[in-house]
Amino acid sequence: MFYREAGQFKTSYKADQAVFPIFQDKIFVAIWLFIGFVVVPMLASEYMFRAIFIPVIIMALAAIGLNLLVGYCGQVSLGSGAFMAVGAYAAYNFMIRVPELNPLICFLLGGLSATVVGVIFGIPSLRIKGFYLAVATLALQFFTDWTFSRIDWFTNYTPSGSIAVQPIEVLGVVFDSPIRKYFLCLVFLVIFTIIGKNIVRGRIGRAWMATRDMDVAAEIIGIRPVYAKLSAFAVSSFFIGVAGALWAFVHLGSWEPLAFDINLSFSILFMVIIGGLGSIVGGMLGAAFITLLPLFLNQLPVWLGINISTAMISHLEFMIFGALIIFFLAVEPLGLARIWQITKEKLRLWPFPH
Amino acid sequence: MGFFVEVLISGLMAGVLYSLVALGFVLIFKASGVFNFAQGAMVLFAALTFVRLLDILKDTFAPITLALIITIAMMIMLAIAIERLVLRPLVNQPGISLFMATLGVAYFLDGFGQTLWGSDIYTLDIGIPKGSIFIFESIFEGGVLVAKEDLVATVIAGVLVVTLAIFFQKTRIGRALRAVADDHQAAQSIGIPLNYIWVIVWTVAGLVALVAGVIWGSKLGVQFSLSLIALKALPVLILGGFESVLGAVIGGLIIGSGEKLAEIYLGPYVGGGIEYWFAYMLALGFLMFRPQGLFGEVHIDRV
Repeated sequence: MFYREAGQFKTSYKADQAVFPIFQDKIFVAIWLFIGFVVVPMLASEYMFRAIFIPVIIMALAAIGLNLLVGYCGQVSLGSGAFMAVGAYAAYNFMIRVPELNPLICFLLGGLSATVVGVIFGIPSLRIKGFYLAVATLALQFFTDWTFSRIDWFTNYTPSGSIAVQPIEVLGVVFDSPIRKYFLCLVFLVIFTIIGKNIVRGRIGRAWMATRDMDVAAEIIGIRPVYAKLSAFAVSSFFIGVAGALWAFVHLGSWEPLAFDINLSFSILFMVIIGGLGSIVGGMLGAAFITLLPLFLNQLPVWLGINISTAMISHLEFMIFGALIIFFLAVEPLGLARIWQITKEKLRLWPFPH
Repeated sequence: MGFFVEVLISGLMAGVLYSLVALGFVLIFKASGVFNFAQGAMVLFAALTFVRLLDILKDTFAPITLALIITIAMMIMLAIAIERLVLRPLVNQPGISLFMATLGVAYFLDGFGQTLWGSDIYTLDIGIPKGSIFIFESIFEGGVLVAKEDLVATVIAGVLVVTLAIFFQKTRIGRALRAVADDHQAAQSIGIPLNYIWVIVWTVAGLVALVAGVIWGSKLGVQFSLSLIALKALPVLILGGFESVLGAVIGGLIIGSGEKLAEIYLGPYVGGGIEYWFAYMLALGFLMFRPQGLFGEVHIDRV
């Protein structure tokens, strides 16, 4: 009864094409926005911002970006860590070489640089398919790892190869406290989510989905695979690149090339799969799950009062993480987004089943 | 010229070691269509189990044999567990889900192996000769320097490939495996039990992982980084083709030699360390011309 769409008639094209055609969805989104912008800043502690909210939000942005590519266009990529690295290092270089630029512009330019790299490394996808493509995207991952650790120009010749940045300043506001950083990331996430949601329900998104479901058939009905695949790579790497810039400048503050290694790529892919392929909300749920799980596993022995060595904890963490991944895939292969969908369907009748 | 041949040979031998790992991938992909990322973790797990058992059993009459038997038993149990707990619940899921599941297996095995056996670096010595010898002294001036352990590894890898080829071509189980690889449904309809075949395939992949683990382990020491050689085997795999044992071997040779030659002759111009990504770029270049790898099957899409 909480989620009943009966009686909601669409009387105009505008209503029919709304992003959230169902009234309850609008309320849900409004509640979430209210929680995000009002409740969380009022209640959360500084530690919670730093360890939980900021990383989850940035990773959600990256996961949404990767989901556009993997979930909507069907091109499996293991190189998202590389796109994040490109975004971060490009933003850094724009910032130090053109100091008068607004940092937010630098973030977007970082995203654009990731787009260029994404399109170049998306070209093989026109010939290579499936797992061959997935492994081929690892080429980018290793190549960027090498580039940013070996070519000193990118790190502005810092002797250690690691980069430290000042808190960014936009129009006189310095983003140094966790709560300001949180708002910055949240605004980014909201804007990009709106963009992403509207892309996937429009012409481009439908072309992507047709390509995903069967590329030969899509080509026959008039979708040009070159445009469909490369635009997916472009948009996805733009999202991931911006997320990378935020991750580096807002979350990490100082970083070295290893911060964007293959493990990051895998965890973003985990977020997409666990969250649900082909779902925007899935990207957010997956990001929250994968970011919070290690924190939770780390704290668990402390809460239970068990005293074990840190090495042991990290091994056990590996084990539990792996086992949980398998468990999740076995129980709900379509991801957390599917669970959310089932909940909504149940809420249609619950608590009055007749 | 002698130096070139030396680099080439050392590259080829490194390539043989890569193909040992790639072989495990190919076996599983052929039989079940699963892209098994856990192969590297299996190598680590097998090597860790073996080296620790050697240590525990060192006072018995035949430590190597005993450790080998127990390790093999453990790999069989692992295969059964994976079939029961991972493959069976995930049957008919898209390839990407299965791939993620094997990533989960990889995480689990990495953690489990180190919880069980500790995470130090263990040296493994099963009597593979060390040191180097000169060969081809009559052809090149000064001869060509070759590490003995590499030679032994090459011989073992060669024996392994031949054994696998005979197993696949001549035995009843091998024929069943090939049938499953060709068409799951057709194989099932003529009475080949799929689950049983999967256990066998994962066992064989586990044994290949054990061989690779022992050879790599005696070369580098048994440690966590063994798990990462899976990443070295991936370019070999896409270069050779996912479905071909021969492809894994030839791909390994190409990648191994290409990587070493590039590092020596190209590396100094761009700052070195290009071994790290060169294999991937090489494989990517090959794929642009043959998208299914050198010996992979060409898939014809029907609409």
